[in-house]
Amino acid sequence: MALLEVRDLTIALRADGEDTTLVQGVSYQIEPGETLALVGESGSGKSLSSLAVMGLLAKELVVTSGEIVMEGENLLDLSDEEMRRRRGRDMAMVFQEPMTSLNPVLTIGAQIIESIEENLGLSRAAARERAIELLKEVGVADAERRLKQYPHHFSGGMRQRVMIAIALAAEPKLIIADEPTTALDVTIQAQILDLMARLCREHGTALVLITHNLGIVARYAQRVNVMYSGRIVESGPAAEIYHNPRHPYSEGLLQSVPRLDQDRSVPLAPIKGSPADPFMSITGCRFHPRCDYAGPICRQTAPDFDGSVACHFPLDTQQKDAS
Amino acid sequence: MSAPLLRIENVSVHFPVHKGLMQREVAAVKAVEKVTLTLNQGEAFGLVGESGCGKTTLARTVLRLVDPTEGEIWFDGQNITGMSGKSLLPYRKRVAAIFQDPFSSLNPRMTAGGILSEVLRVHRYEGDVSARVAELLQICGLAPRFADLYPHQMSGGQRQRVGIARALALEPDLIVCDEAVSALDVSIQAQIINLLTDLRKRFGLTFLFIGHDLSVVRHLCDRVAVMYLGRVMEMAGSEELFDNPEHPYTRALIDAVPNPDPLSEAERATTALAGEIPSPLDPPSGCVFHTRCPIATAQCRTEIPEAVTVGPDHVAACLAVSERPVSEKTT
Repeated sequence: MALLEVRDLTIALRADGEDTTLVQGVSYQIEPGETLALVGESGSGKSLSSLAVMGLLAKELVVTSGEIVMEGENLLDLSDEEMRRRRGRDMAMVFQEPMTSLNPVLTIGAQIIESIEENLGLSRAAARERAIELLKEVGVADAERRLKQYPHHFSGGMRQRVMIAIALAAEPKLIIADEPTTALDVTIQAQILDLMARLCREHGTALVLITHNLGIVARYAQRVNVMYSGRIVESGPAAEIYHNPRHPYSEGLLQSVPRLDQDRSVPLAPIKGSPADPFMSITGCRFHPRCDYAGPICRQTAPDFDGSVACHFPLDTQQKDAS
Repeated sequence: MSAPLLRIENVSVHFPVHKGLMQREVAAVKAVEKVTLTLNQGEAFGLVGESGCGKTTLARTVLRLVDPTEGEIWFDGQNITGMSGKSLLPYRKRVAAIFQDPFSSLNPRMTAGGILSEVLRVHRYEGDVSARVAELLQICGLAPRFADLYPHQMSGGQRQRVGIARALALEPDLIVCDEAVSALDVSIQAQIINLLTDLRKRFGLTFLFIGHDLSVVRHLCDRVAVMYLGRVMEMAGSEELFDNPEHPYTRALIDAVPNPDPLSEAERATTALAGEIPSPLDPPSGCVFHTRCPIATAQCRTEIPEAVTVGPDHVAACLAVSERPVSEKTT
């Protein structure tokens, strides 16, 4: 059974009694221990849909339809209090900027110990022991001394290690990491992602990895959801999508990134135009203004997502027609 | 081979750290340490490295926004190191900059047209200013109506196009790009990379491109220098550097970049570099990289490696490198 199943999730921004839909009909599953990547550009809804899973949407953002089912229970039916308990124990989130997610006026120790006491119901002394254990596990040397220090004593990479320790404290079944290494240097990024991958493997934790970096997806994720303008446009095993993209947007993204193993003299093939403005209404497929393959139907009717792709003319059928 | 346009000679930049009531100088951040490099006319030169490696400080030194503590900068046969005020004006006309965040480098109270015509007026442009503004926008792929838009009315990619138009306004010879495409979405980044490549060909521009994304730098630049804690670790032509990296730091950097290809990634055995980047306030002795280097020896702790030639137009500053024949490759 899937650990988490998101069904037809739709999220809107409610302002002045008017709803603007920002995420539309997002459906996906994640199995225990699996790493699923959500990839897309700004405004694609990858962060919003994940915040909804965590029950952390801002007040103005409302889930207008859909279900988020974790182990047979719809999280959207839970009270705030029940959801808060779930968040510590069953699922945790790691954010991009560890400086803003840690409290600058509390020691690292106070913050880790607090979350352990809260989520595991341990005594202070036992929680402190566990905190030291966790810091060691995430590669923070000299853990006892480091517990007494404040976040500003830590480098960006070390702060992210602390966030991972906090996320892991209760051995959750699911971790959502939202651009966890975007603010870090490449060698530190590799350390942190290797660490997360190893820990998730050892603990059997499922990981939702939100990123815009197609290289990271290729190295760390088994399955991918490609998102564009609040919708999943393509979903499938990473190897398949990278080598045989079916949605023109997936293909465009892959052709936009320069690669280390590519002939430098060949120009990149960018997608024309800019990512769709979430507040602009677009009739038909939201990608059609940027799509080289769009036909009349794409301008009129939004394509349905069939579990693999949301496109009137998926690329493989097109190639068949052409030949 | 074309003539050198810019020559950075043995340049160091130290920022003093002051402390106490008397503001005594207690230490210095050695942001750039004895860097020598040459940019030939019409080439794109890349500086890569992680935080604190000095790439941005070096770029700012070239722009004369920061003064070098020692060393000289020569531009088109002229030593510009000691110049100041008015004597720098001709240089400022010939050297332009594009920055990372187009939102903070464009005046929010000015339209794109205003921003561009200001540059032209400051430098006493003699032609028709509004015609030139329209031309610049067109060169950068923006419709004429953008002249009347404010930065907040544009997308990130459009703002960066205005930033590029501003850099081109005075027909410079050299453009310093500091992380010029880093803040952009993948699909937009590719558009701007292609625009920069086209403009370079069209106007015969020389680029000093500072970036942390190795794939982008490799794609855009003909030659690349890898910096770490203020020093150049390795320098070579783009293909040569990425195909035959000699310095252990360059290798680690390349290893750290995942390729957007799940199949090749599955076969790739990479080991992340251990440890943190040391503080430039107190850099390690000897080779600055020795604290993280997988092949460091006792000698590396005391001896500062000189740059040695390891191939055609390829130098590396590593004690292990001179001892290894160039053809031998370990992967």
